[in-house]
Amino acid sequence: MLDILAQFGVLFLIGGYPQGPMGGLAGTVILSALSLALAFPLAVGLGIMRTSVQRRWRWPATAWVFTLRGTPLLMIIFWAYFAVPLLVGKQVSPFTTAVCAIVIYESAFLAEVVRAGLQAVTRGQMEAARSTGLTYLQAMRHVLVPQALTSMLPSLVNQFVSVIKATSLAYVIGVPEVTLAAQQVNSMVLTRPMQVFLILAALYFLLCFTLSRLADALERHLTRRRAP
Amino acid sequence: MTLDFAFLLAGPQAAQLAAGLATTFRLFAGAWLLAVAFAVALAVLRAAPLRPARWLVAAIVEYHRNVPLMVQVLIWYFGVPQMLPTALRIWVNHQDSEFLFALIALALNTGAFMSEDIRSGIRAIPPTQMEAARSLGLRFLPAMWLVILPQALRIAVPPMLNQTLMLFKNTSLAMAIAVGELTYRVREIESETYRTFEIFLLATVIYLTMSFTLMGLGAWFARRFPPLVRA
Repeated sequence: MLDILAQFGVLFLIGGYPQGPMGGLAGTVILSALSLALAFPLAVGLGIMRTSVQRRWRWPATAWVFTLRGTPLLMIIFWAYFAVPLLVGKQVSPFTTAVCAIVIYESAFLAEVVRAGLQAVTRGQMEAARSTGLTYLQAMRHVLVPQALTSMLPSLVNQFVSVIKATSLAYVIGVPEVTLAAQQVNSMVLTRPMQVFLILAALYFLLCFTLSRLADALERHLTRRRAP
Repeated sequence: MTLDFAFLLAGPQAAQLAAGLATTFRLFAGAWLLAVAFAVALAVLRAAPLRPARWLVAAIVEYHRNVPLMVQVLIWYFGVPQMLPTALRIWVNHQDSEFLFALIALALNTGAFMSEDIRSGIRAIPPTQMEAARSLGLRFLPAMWLVILPQALRIAVPPMLNQTLMLFKNTSLAMAIAVGELTYRVREIESETYRTFEIFLLATVIYLTMSFTLMGLGAWFARRFPPLVRA
């Protein structure tokens, strides 16, 4: 196993870079971080719509969230593979396709995190903000969202773990990331798939386990701070 | 753009789609049954007064939670046969090994997640319940089975239904190892007919119908059977 790591370690970490696009574990991290960063503003908007008392805002967001939560990510990736080039009118890279699919998919899950965060802020906050003369959106922007963000930080880190795991599906459309790198290594080594895929599992595990622990630590820290 | 689903009936596509749907449901039902059994076993083992057992369960759960399901599937399909003795490997290769390994990977993954839901359920039951059961003369396992689990499962069912929904969606990953389930068949039909929009739409509607049913079931259960002890 160590010899595989010694021979193909670079491929695992950065893929075919610098001859080709950045891939491997670095590709996975870039794809995940970019997708999460792009999904977040969308999710804040959806989360605010989901907590609205007005149906015309609440219903479209609810439909969006439930539809995407009910569809397998692979289906969404294939939809993106088919629809994104039609919508933008030119060929797009597998990487862009994967980002689009994951952003749309994760926006639904993140929106629920945002909604839970907003609902955890006490009602009095909104009432107090409105009574000082702020409009609904100003109250959201300056009073509710900042407080909600703090309390949802652990969930956000956990969502990052979910996104990292989700990016492993992108290899089916040939996105350069670590699962694709492992497939390439496996087709070169041929005889020892178990070792190759265990290395892959270990890489994901290190990344995701560390982040999960970070989320737990944040959660404990926030609970302690909230306690009187 | 006009939608035309007539192409499905013109060739063998309708039969392919039906076969895919049947495989998806076989995979889903089989993995679900195995997952629930595995989850109960893990949760009970974790609650048992045996430190090595608790560590083992924790390791199993953390592996399944922190490694993508796709990688778990690849390990089962490509890695595990290599580890088997030759005779067994030949036997496995003569079976429907893609389906078998996808089933195992899905079941273990879902079971690990569900065991955490059951564990939360067990922890919500006051420890005095176990003490009372034990002092009546019940051994650990009967006390668990007859007293703790029935109450814990009632709390654990809504999150377990959520995991069931995840399992249903995750059956689509089996296409990566060429199991002829719904997503795989849909891709096959797409490349035969080029009716991408229609066939993707149909598949999405099929997935959504089942997903919404499971979500509805979860909401109904939580309303109909609220936890008896405060979680």
